[in-house]
Amino acid sequence: MRALLAPRTGGLLALAIVIALLPAVLPNNFYFNVAILVGLNAIVCVGLNLLIGYAGQISLGHAGFFGLGAYASALLTGSYGWPSLAALVVGAAAVGALAFLLARPILKLKGHYLAMGTLGMGVIISIVLNQEAGLTGGPDGMPVPAFEVWGWTAYGERTWYWIVGGTLLVTTWLALNLIESPIGRALRAIHGSEIAAEVIGVKTERFKTLVFVISAVLASVGGSMFAHYSGFITPSEAEFFHSIAFVTMVVLGGMASIFGSILGAAILTVLPQFLAVLHDYETLVLGAVMMSVMIFLPKGLLPSLAELLRRRSL
Amino acid sequence: MSALTVAGLSKNFGGLSAVSELSFTVEEGQIFSIIGPNGAGKTTVFNLITGVYRPDSGRVWLHGEEIGGKPPSALAGQGLTRTFQNLQIFFNMSALENVMVGADRTAETGFASALLRLPAVRRRDAGAGKQAVALMERVGLAAYLGADAASLPYGALKRLEIARALATRPKLLLLDEPAAGLNHAETREIDNLIRSIAEDGVTVILVEHDMRLVMGISDRILVLDRGVWLAEGSAEEVGRNPDVVRAYLGTEFAGSADAA
Repeated sequence: MRALLAPRTGGLLALAIVIALLPAVLPNNFYFNVAILVGLNAIVCVGLNLLIGYAGQISLGHAGFFGLGAYASALLTGSYGWPSLAALVVGAAAVGALAFLLARPILKLKGHYLAMGTLGMGVIISIVLNQEAGLTGGPDGMPVPAFEVWGWTAYGERTWYWIVGGTLLVTTWLALNLIESPIGRALRAIHGSEIAAEVIGVKTERFKTLVFVISAVLASVGGSMFAHYSGFITPSEAEFFHSIAFVTMVVLGGMASIFGSILGAAILTVLPQFLAVLHDYETLVLGAVMMSVMIFLPKGLLPSLAELLRRRSL
Repeated sequence: MSALTVAGLSKNFGGLSAVSELSFTVEEGQIFSIIGPNGAGKTTVFNLITGVYRPDSGRVWLHGEEIGGKPPSALAGQGLTRTFQNLQIFFNMSALENVMVGADRTAETGFASALLRLPAVRRRDAGAGKQAVALMERVGLAAYLGADAASLPYGALKRLEIARALATRPKLLLLDEPAAGLNHAETREIDNLIRSIAEDGVTVILVEHDMRLVMGISDRILVLDRGVWLAEGSAEEVGRNPDVVRAYLGTEFAGSADAA
């Protein structure tokens, strides 16, 4: 019973139940579409939270990795006829390798400088995708074939719902395992005090590189799945505002909270859909919601709510 | 064999000489104190020994092996660790987890086994947790086993840093002002703790301003003044040295180490 209340088992179980039962209350494909987008954003945000919330290293360029994953899948399956799964894996491996190469120089930067460095990285990726029109179709974007595994084609919102839901569940489980392990403690220690982590034996550079690569790979996988699901991508997937959206989801949901990332992704994906009725005021209301959360719940939604509940129960 | 040998160590910061041509030797099992007025370069010496700063010149040997240029994490693996004058606590973690990071052999944890939480990782976690509990009890923090680090009072945080350092199983431990900001009773507890650490065979290098503590506990004392070697010897010898009295001690400790 106690194990059920622990985040790894209890939270995971709750997530599985929500994913399993949600289709019963989603009335039509519009809602399935929103749920799928929530899941894809959540996968990216879980990875990004490992980097930002746990290890304390900001990135304002992760949409770049998302875009690269999307284009890797689009190009390898569309232009070169690769199997979808192979394209996804190779794309993620290539993005991981790129992140590995970038990590050392970029993670030497701290604070605002790191923010600028990663921002520049994302902007460069976005420019490349825009400029290489012969390969990517430039700003007009390019179509992406359907996801196909061994002759089976993933088609339609309901199928994609289960693919994305399953991937999110596995990602969450792996992330929870990681943060509870010595590696996770090392990451959090780096956030707490890099110098103290070093002198007690944590190879900080190595762990910062590791978490940067993990978050980039998850962004790439999210991008690949998005590309196949939507069937059409443009370089805007990689642009700065998309990076900011990811970071905002992480911060809103709660830094250093895996389930907070999922909540943040859900709110910031769902809210705009329903605020659309406000037309011109949509962005205004969204901005006001975010400002209020940051002012009144500075730790983010989930950690603040958890704290509130704990205090109530005392 | 000596635990630590420093020869000709120098460090400048933009033309300002912080440490200049410093040489000294710390024997195994000693409590070796470095004292001197503010700005004497004591913390800089710590930073040079532990690899936080790179020396401009000079060499350092740890148990006979040259360690110049190695990063702090590598030196921790060789049994050299430290605490900080200004607390460097992982305030985003629980008190126990702070100590567990010290006990973790993070470099030996496989990434895949951590992701899948294989039994090896669980055993490792349990082992680190048990060590951390024992160390927190040893430094007198048994009351904070379930607490967030951020909720601990100042004196407890000082001891938490020592517990975290001990968790790495050091052979040489550098303590940077462990008694700063502590009251009388707390200082006495730190005094006892340092003695018991040394009795376990750990060599201790201490930077401290509390002269009662230093004079009472040290096997040997090095006096620095503006980055330069001023004197070295037992508490009694150093207390009698007129240069030291003039530069630092004042008359209270002059000639009487037993004032401690």
